[in-house]
Amino acid sequence: MKKKAKIIEVEEVVVKFAGDSGDGMQFTGSQFSDTSAFVGNDLSTFPDYPAEIRAPEGTIAGVSGFQVHIGHKEVQTPGDKADVLVAMNPAALKANLKWIKPGATIIIDIDNFDSRHYKKADYIEDPLSDGSLIGYNVVKAPITNLTRSTTKEFGLDNITADKTKNQFVAGMLYWLFNRDIKIGQSFLENKFIRNPNLVKANVAALYAGYSYAETIEAIATRFEVHPAEKGRGLFRNITGNMATAWGLLAASERSGRPLFLGSYPITPASEILQELAGMKNLNAITFQGEDEIASICAAIGASFAGSLGVTSTSGPGLALKGEAIGLAVITELPLVIIDVQRGGPSTGLPTKTEQSDLMQALYGRNGESPCIVMAASTPANCFDFAYQASRLAIEHMTPVILLTDGYLANGSELWQIPKVSNLLPIYPPLVEDNDPSYHPYNRDPERLSRYWALPGQEGLRHRIGGLEKKDVTGEVSYDPFNHEIMTITRAEKIERVADRIPKQEIIGKKKGDLLVVGWGGTFGALITAVNELQKENKKISLAQFNYINPLPLNTGKIFNNFKKILVCELNMGQFANYLRSKFPSHNYLQFNKIQGLPFLISELKAKFKEVLEE
Amino acid sequence: MKGKEQEQVTSIQDFKLDGSVKWCAGCGAHAVLSAVQKALPETHIKKENVVFVSGIGCSSRFPYYINTYGFHSLHGRAFAIASGIKVSNPNLSVWVVTGDGDAMAIGGNHFIHILRRNININILLFNNKIYGLTKGQYSPTTPRGSITKSSPDGTIENPFLPGELAMGANGTFYARVVDSNPKMMKDVLVEAARHKGTSLVEILQNCVIFNNKVHSEITGKDVKDDNQIYLEHGKPMIFGKNRDKGLVQTDSRFKVVRIGEDGISGKDILVHDAHNPDDTRAYMLSRMTLPEYPVAMGIIRAWQSSVYEDMLYKQIQEARNKSKIKCVDDLLTSGNAFKIG
Repeated sequence: MKKKAKIIEVEEVVVKFAGDSGDGMQFTGSQFSDTSAFVGNDLSTFPDYPAEIRAPEGTIAGVSGFQVHIGHKEVQTPGDKADVLVAMNPAALKANLKWIKPGATIIIDIDNFDSRHYKKADYIEDPLSDGSLIGYNVVKAPITNLTRSTTKEFGLDNITADKTKNQFVAGMLYWLFNRDIKIGQSFLENKFIRNPNLVKANVAALYAGYSYAETIEAIATRFEVHPAEKGRGLFRNITGNMATAWGLLAASERSGRPLFLGSYPITPASEILQELAGMKNLNAITFQGEDEIASICAAIGASFAGSLGVTSTSGPGLALKGEAIGLAVITELPLVIIDVQRGGPSTGLPTKTEQSDLMQALYGRNGESPCIVMAASTPANCFDFAYQASRLAIEHMTPVILLTDGYLANGSELWQIPKVSNLLPIYPPLVEDNDPSYHPYNRDPERLSRYWALPGQEGLRHRIGGLEKKDVTGEVSYDPFNHEIMTITRAEKIERVADRIPKQEIIGKKKGDLLVVGWGGTFGALITAVNELQKENKKISLAQFNYINPLPLNTGKIFNNFKKILVCELNMGQFANYLRSKFPSHNYLQFNKIQGLPFLISELKAKFKEVLEE
Repeated sequence: MKGKEQEQVTSIQDFKLDGSVKWCAGCGAHAVLSAVQKALPETHIKKENVVFVSGIGCSSRFPYYINTYGFHSLHGRAFAIASGIKVSNPNLSVWVVTGDGDAMAIGGNHFIHILRRNININILLFNNKIYGLTKGQYSPTTPRGSITKSSPDGTIENPFLPGELAMGANGTFYARVVDSNPKMMKDVLVEAARHKGTSLVEILQNCVIFNNKVHSEITGKDVKDDNQIYLEHGKPMIFGKNRDKGLVQTDSRFKVVRIGEDGISGKDILVHDAHNPDDTRAYMLSRMTLPEYPVAMGIIRAWQSSVYEDMLYKQIQEARNKSKIKCVDDLLTSGNAFKIG
């Protein structure tokens, strides 16, 4: 008689998909995530892939991974370690064994576990018999062979047939997590809408995987993750880059200013360009420049002509754009610069995450050249901060640098969809035709921002440029006192933005032993670790900054109420140093990680405990 | 013509600006400014629709001296800034003012790419073969061997011919004029404005301080008729003080011949075809140098091809017609969105 696998209900589970770059693990991971979102799980995902498109097959360098954390409870990170690992070959197993929990389920494609593949993965002994997998629930599935025989009837060659292996795996996972396989099927029907034969082959592989998992007795436990209690409304699973692109579209619609993105392809920011390139139906213009400089300059030109000018890039691109950002500073034009940070310096770690562009964003230009600097902190709130960056750029007539990172950009989470009409309105400081009081450097008395007169408007012809201009009238001026006035005014203009951004929140008690300080994309890990210690009755709170220049007005004050301040960031201490320069009377402890990887909750908790006990 | 939907009668006065023009006395740029101010009324473009964009250098101060919208930008980047302006608002008549350093050196990349895209912008390239604003270093168009402040022993670099680069980059309009011939400048500028696509006008300009008489071999009163050939579409390529010299083609090269000698008559002289999609002859004409050939002047190439922003806005219109997603709310709730509760 067949043993029936028991179903256990779990609050959360972490699944890691790992295989060769060409094994379709990113796709399967996204499919599984979307399915989980669809049934109402909270989730957070993290793709981890090599910079090479197709590194040598079967090697550690070629392993591409996708981790997804789904939960009935609230999920803030992709999880430190996995409960289920899919390893398509020995290299994938080897690279991920240290990232799985004791007792985890490991699904391997046994067809790839042979001496040839062991050699490629630098295994000296057979990992299936060397004892390294003792304590894990290893499911040895002949994925390659079963997929090939399943898809034979569709007349695919082996290479194409093997590309459906990931659907066999997906099928197994649907069974393992008691998911409705129809959702997976419709995902495939949408994906391969132009190729009915591919739909058939992939769907066949999906069902074959499901039946296989159901039939074999190797899987003793199935998981049931009930829907999260996220409240009511419309939801979707969204990546940071997509949320960024959509936030820009919303800002364009709300401000009535056409969106113009000038961008040059660069990892990990390219998806923003790609996403907006397909949004011509919403009047979005994308201009793929010949380089980073052309891209930002085109955006500045568009902004001069009345568009919401935006450029998207990553660290090396931001370095190239520095001079042009200075031009937007002195011409006081709205401009949004999105920097999806990656490991640096130079080309560094293009596909890995880091927070090491903060100083570049704040100070990486010649002259006194202040601009607004802000950071998104979750994949979904990239939408809100892209919107907010656009709003502040337009209303304050200034460049705004929005920092996201590779982790936010490629990671995804469940997002409650807002209504555009509920977003803060955006009021472009436009000028009426023939306004006799218009001068290029006349300013709004409160914000100190100048007004936006557009070429084509009657009676407002004027000239702007990179040379210093006379206050109010805007003629070229080399007058020393005028330069000082203009420099101070430009700085004051940015400082006054603090009046229009929210106060810094503290998560937890406003007083305590330890204030954990973070900024940007580390939010998920920091809040999870802080929450867990709060449950252990530690007097610990979190302040996660989104607004960096200017800082929220209450920043100095909140530091007063804690015995210790620990600034955690994925760099050598750039935000800590910034805070030291702004509020020098406090002692800022640091916790830094520069491995191209996000913080683990376990390492954060250990550090917090150590600091609390010192 | 650019901005034709809003035509307007203007005069030279409409484009004059109070305040002093700060180029050196005797600089060729003064003549260009005057020619532009005369050409603009002939285009009937509404004065508010004209935008001058420049990079950095002596020539790039131009926007400060003309009463239009103006943007004095970054060294080499005027092409990119202008592209953003024009693509963002195709009704504008956008002009780039640049120099041989600005366009050929630091802006070389943007220069070839604006031509390749064929965005409807007019480029005025002031070529004085020297860096003026930084006081006399050699530029990418400085002839090899020239002694300058940064080449005390003579440059060892081969110079660019802007026209050659323009042809290599699929440029659709290329003209060459000299600063000492205001009428020629004005006529060519009007045609440049009328051309749909990127119009490149190379202006051989004198730098009275750092490279005086740089073009005198071409522009000198006593030599200009023999050393220049003024090209007009559909007319035979004849030149010389006595209008007795012309161009014929033998094998793959041009040859200068005398009409009335060796059995050559006026009918044998090649007729200039600026509109030819094939740019081979335009390329050959743009490369002609002294002493073997006269230097080609006037409109060397004016080929009507598809224009970047026309194609872009066509795609936008098609996407708007086709897509069910009409606003951002539609987008946010499209595809894999689902309801909870």
